[in-house]
Order: sequence, then structure tokens, then C-alpha cells
Amino acid sequence: MAVISQTDFQKGKARRKWMGRAFHGLCLLSVGIALTMLAVLLVYLLIQGTTRINWSFLTSFASRHPDQAGIKAAMFGSIYVVIIAGVVAFTLGVATALYLEEYAARSKFARLAKINIANLAGVPSIVYGILGLEIFVRSLYLGKSVLAGGFTLALLVLPIVIVAASEAIQAVPPSLREGAYALGATRWQVVWRMVIPQAMPGIMTGVILAVSRALGETAPLIAMGALTFVPFTPDSPFSRFTVLPIQIFNWTSRPQEGFQEAAAAGIIVLLVVLLVMNAGAVILRARFQNKWEG
Amino acid sequence: MQDLDPILQARDLSVYYDTKKVVTDVNLDVARNRITSIIGPSGSGKSTLLRCFNRMNDLIPSARVEGQVLFDGLDLYGHNVDPTEIRYLIGMVFQRPNPFPKSIYDNVAFGPRINGFKGDIDELVERSLRRAALWDEVKDRLKTSGLSLSGGQQQRLCIARALAVEPSVILMDEPCSALDPIATLAIEELMHELSEDYSIIIVTHNMQQAARVSHYTAFLMVEEARVGFMVEFGESRKIFTNPEDERTEAYITGRFG
Repeated sequence: MAVISQTDFQKGKARRKWMGRAFHGLCLLSVGIALTMLAVLLVYLLIQGTTRINWSFLTSFASRHPDQAGIKAAMFGSIYVVIIAGVVAFTLGVATALYLEEYAARSKFARLAKINIANLAGVPSIVYGILGLEIFVRSLYLGKSVLAGGFTLALLVLPIVIVAASEAIQAVPPSLREGAYALGATRWQVVWRMVIPQAMPGIMTGVILAVSRALGETAPLIAMGALTFVPFTPDSPFSRFTVLPIQIFNWTSRPQEGFQEAAAAGIIVLLVVLLVMNAGAVILRARFQNKWEG
Repeated sequence: MQDLDPILQARDLSVYYDTKKVVTDVNLDVARNRITSIIGPSGSGKSTLLRCFNRMNDLIPSARVEGQVLFDGLDLYGHNVDPTEIRYLIGMVFQRPNPFPKSIYDNVAFGPRINGFKGDIDELVERSLRRAALWDEVKDRLKTSGLSLSGGQQQRLCIARALAVEPSVILMDEPCSALDPIATLAIEELMHELSEDYSIIIVTHNMQQAARVSHYTAFLMVEEARVGFMVEFGESRKIFTNPEDERTEAYITGRFG
């Protein structure tokens, strides 16, 4: 005799199947909502912005006249600042993660540091802006420059890179480290020839996230004193600058219809820059992806 | 027993993980160009003892070693001894085959490269693969991944990798436990050939294997009061047919462990 009667079993089965279908539908609905919102946003932007997307929009500087205003300064500012931020955050982040995972592994200090770094990822970005203003702009006399902006954003995204790199390093199988040590490798050789190459794809994923984040940030750069109206492209690391999100924000706050269109066009440019930079990082990651797996 | 020519000698060797003692006062002579097996039940410190011979325990922060290991008279735990140099002289093969995610060629070339080899590396790779009885199977695909090989081939690749730096001792930590019987047989035959030129220490759970391949056998045990102490050591023939200690007899006849 079964512990569950036939009628109970049948009733339960129908119910369970119904639940399964309902949950499936719910998930599909969520995907639908997310995609629809994105599509609406994109379509709206394209309708409003495409009329403004042309060569002169990309090659002109900001202007008081909406139909003459261009995105050149902000586009170059964004690209420079994000490249500096990416390179600095990558270098510092990977070195930090290597120290925490390979050199200080399992020490109390490393554990404490990792908890704090994870928490730093949640600190409001404006706080980094104020920090950047104090350290880079004022104490180090970098001024409100591209370099200071890049460093500020590097600080902001550093926790993302460290956390991603730590996880990637942890995921390198201990048996590979042991195998290398057993052949007489020094720690340096194990790190450079075994750990870093193996962890690189995961590290690059972190860098992609970091670059995307840095590209969209406005508040910390305004706090550290980036300009809003820039009639020149940065010609040195010490040049003043603006970035795309600041320019877009500036335009959206203007009453003229023409600036609204420029803002929409600016967002399209921002999205394209983001896609291009991420594609670059994805290609880099693919090159590091180990072709020997499996 | 008197005529044993030792290449490695453990002297009052104890190992602790934090305060827990896992190997207790082991005195063991490892014969040159012979195969010595270390047998014993789980938790008797076999692998830990093996890892004392190339200082792999140094990689575990909580591990502490007391006593001496003499390598041709030199104390491996002496003051001026560099563990990386020890590991260059004393190779190791692990329980699970762990080829690097590189080509077969680069797997074998890794050790010589990191140690500054200046000679003909193609020749060295071929020689090492031949010695590991793998050459004929892989000579046409040296550029393919080491991970594309079967388990038994991977383990022979790991042996070739260890041989490439020309160590004088090879430590094997249950090298066949992840392999099928045919691959196991191939490794055992290989060990037999290698013992002409190398001193081999093998940790094994498989008593038939110890009896088949090794010249000498050490039996470790674990009791309530003592962990990882050596009960008996001697020629394998004697240990497996006529052991002196009744605990050895109980173990080899399968009454425990």
C-alpha cells in the first residue's frame, strides 16, 4: 500500500504541474518586461536622436546654439578618462588580488581586507568624487585634469576588479600550482606562468564590468570638478575635460527642444562607445581564453 | 637490510598540522635505484610523510616538520636549503593526473624552461616522453592539449614532465588510484623500468601493487594515542610473506584498514 492515496497523488500531480507552468510563465513575463523597457528606451532615443547623429555632431564642440552643439569634447574626454581608469584599476586590482590570494592567503589580514574591499564596492560614487578632489586634484596638484578624473574613476571601480580577480585566482585549481611547485618553480614563476594566465579570462570579465561602470559615472566627476562646457579636446593628461554623461545631463536640463535631441543623440554615442570598449575587452578576453582546455 | 644504500633518510621525523601530530618519529631509509612503497590505512600520514621528502608541506601554512631528512647526507630542512632546489632534484607525481592546460610539448618543457635549461629542448622532450613510454602515442600530436589525453596517458605525461628535469628521486602519491587496471599496469611497468636509474617512493592504498612493484615496504599506522608511526620496514618480499609485527600481518591480510 502506497503512503499516498491514488486520488491525492493525482490531485497533487496536477497542482505541481500547474505550479511549474505558472512559474515558467512568470519568468518569461519578467524577461518580457525587461526587454520591452529596453526596447522602448532605445526606440525613443533613436526617434529623438538620429536626426542629430551626423558627422558634424561628432566633430563639433559644445555650443549655446542647439543645432550647432556637438559631442566631440565629451567623447574624447570619456575615452581618455575611461582608458586611464581601466589601466590603473586593472594593474592595481590584479596586483592587490594576487597579494591577497597568493601571498597573504588565509591570513587574518587578507580576510579582513577582502571583506572591506567588497563593502567598498557599495560606497556611493559621489564619495569617491570627494576623495578624488582631495587627493588627486588638491594634494597631488593634478588639477581638475583628465588624469585626476581617470584616477578617481579607477578608485571607484577598483573593488569590482579586485573582487573579480580574487575569484578568478581562487578558481585556478590548486593541483596546477602544486604541479608547478613540484618541478622547482618559485612563487614568482607559479604566479606568472600558471596563475595569471589561468585567471586572465575571469579578470578581464571584471575589467569589462569596471569599464562599463566608469563610462556611465557622472557624480564623482562633477564632484571633483570636471567641466560642463568644454570647447576643446584634452591635449595632455593635465588638460581639463568633460565626459559624455555630464554633457548629456547638461543638455537634458536645458529647456530648448534642440538640446533634448542632442541629449538623445549623446546617449546613442555613449552606448556605441560602451559597446566598442566592451567589445575590445571581450576580444582581449577571448585571446586569453585557454585554447588548451579540454 | 644492512647492504641498503640510502639516498634519503628520515630521522625522527614528525609532522604537525597546527598542534595536531600527523606523522610521529619516523626513521626510514630509502634505497638508491630501488622502489620503496609506503602503505597503511587512511589517515596514517603516508602522503604527509611523502611530501616531507620534497618539502611540499612547506606550501601548507599550518604544517610544521621536526627531525631531519638527509638527502645524500644533506639535511633537506637545514638552514641554507632552498625548497625550490629540492623540488628540482626530487620530482613528484600526484594522485590525480594534473597536466598543465598547455600542449603536450609545453607540459614536458615546463620544468626545464623554468629552471633555465639551455640545451636542445626538442631532444629533451622526446627523451622524456620516451622514458615515460608515451612517445609513440603522442609523437604526432605534441601541439595538442595535454588535457586531451586519457587518464593513464595524462599520468604518464606527468611522469614525463617530472623526468624532464632529470631528478634523482621520484615521489609518487597514489599515482594509479584514479586509473583503470590497464593504465595501472602500464604505470607499474614503467616504474619498474625507471627504477634502474631513479629512486622511487610510492604511496599506495593497493597492497598488491606494493607487493608487485616495490623492493622495500614501509608500513605506517594510526592508533588512538599515536598517529602516523612506522610499524615495520623491510624488503617487500618479507613484509608481505612473513612480517615480524602482528599488526602488519593483520593489515596485509585485510583484517583492518
